[in-house]
Amino acid sequence: MVWKWDFTFNEVIPRLLEVIEVTINATLGAFAFAVMVGLVLALLRRSDRKWISWPTYGFIEFIRLTPPLVQLFFIFFVFPHLFGLTLSPMVAGILGLGIHYSTYLSEVYRAGIESVPKGQWEAATALNFSPLQKWKSVILPQAIRPILPVMGNYLIVLFKETPLLSAIGLMELVGMAKGIGAETFRYTEPFTIVGILFLILSYSASLLVKRMELKLDLNRR
Amino acid sequence: MTGGEGIPPALWNKATSDFPCTERKDVIPIDVYSRVLPLLLDGFVVTIQLVIFAGFLSFVMSFVGGLARLSRFAPVRWVAGFIIEFFRGTSLLVQLFWLYYALPLLGVTLPTGLVGIVALMLNYGSYGSEIVRSSILAIPKGQTEAAIALNMTPFQRMKSIILPQAFRIMLPSFGNLMIELMKGTALVALITIPDMTYYIKEARNTIGHDTQLFSMLLVAYFIIGIALTMLFRWLERKFSAGRV
Repeated sequence: MVWKWDFTFNEVIPRLLEVIEVTINATLGAFAFAVMVGLVLALLRRSDRKWISWPTYGFIEFIRLTPPLVQLFFIFFVFPHLFGLTLSPMVAGILGLGIHYSTYLSEVYRAGIESVPKGQWEAATALNFSPLQKWKSVILPQAIRPILPVMGNYLIVLFKETPLLSAIGLMELVGMAKGIGAETFRYTEPFTIVGILFLILSYSASLLVKRMELKLDLNRR
Repeated sequence: MTGGEGIPPALWNKATSDFPCTERKDVIPIDVYSRVLPLLLDGFVVTIQLVIFAGFLSFVMSFVGGLARLSRFAPVRWVAGFIIEFFRGTSLLVQLFWLYYALPLLGVTLPTGLVGIVALMLNYGSYGSEIVRSSILAIPKGQTEAAIALNMTPFQRMKSIILPQAFRIMLPSFGNLMIELMKGTALVALITIPDMTYYIKEARNTIGHDTQLFSMLLVAYFIIGIALTMLFRWLERKFSAGRV
């Protein structure tokens, strides 16, 4: 069996480009969810009250040590029984990957928060800032700047995890490649093109993150 | 009884035949756990085997790849760099599907179990290569210079001076990598390798009771994850004993 160029250009590439939007939407949706929930988890984990911080820690560890694929199945198949909540593959995917990566991002936030010098906390207290003001105007702006490149890397990791969503029936790049393969019995071209698309997108995104790192000039003091 | 391809028939029939209340999925038969547990344990063994084999192979590949990226010979560095970036840049599931669906059409058919292990090895071995490379680079240059001053060969230098120190830096990252690999093994269910996830997915199609089945599956993975975490904590303690 040899590679067919006309099949590649007339059938595979146009149909894959049609669904590339789905992959990107899932990535951005899950990332936005993870960025917000990750911050909440990081703050809960820091709480002085043990009945808040310990369950949060347990939740983070449980999510981090179990496969995202199984978590997706759980959300997609079990949530309808448990909460009477039937989710579309896209919503279940955003929720599943979002929760999984929020636990990773909570660790990233934690590192950022801990890197803020103690004097900043004391100065905010001395200026009589309320806790909300303190976090909003003093701590978080300084905590988030150094972790932006790390978050960028997690965006790329998350992008590479979106093929999992084909397992719950979302028609993203890999789901479409499988569909084309099932219709035409030619799997070589679709999967090769999907691989190349992933390589191009993730590699160019990693170059962007590197440039951001230089631009932020994190060694500035 | 339908379904259960690739699962030992004795186990499959025991779990699914005469299953009560198959029609009424809202009633939870009390024996759903005891019926499915033998099935889950059988898949558990497959998952553990995948973790061990693929883990060992990607560990070996990490060292080969990491050292090749630091080679004195530029072509070796380029080839290693290209392979590593390629497998880091495409996603694991794409690699699995490519090896499973596309490779046979090009004339190479691998056994399904091997496809899973090879894909896991290539993907996580590539990530591991970066761990090895960066840990070796983190060793201060004075160490290399001292070894040269002691008239050691490049091989002796690497074996007795650089690697023992770099290995301690690598261990925590390898611990995280092995957890990622363990989670990655769940994906092989999608190319019909009968691991835990595959068993539970098949059982779900026949007997339902998703809540119980998937909860058991999550807990089973969590147990492996805890065991791996403890193993690597122990290794870290062992390798840093008596050092500052």
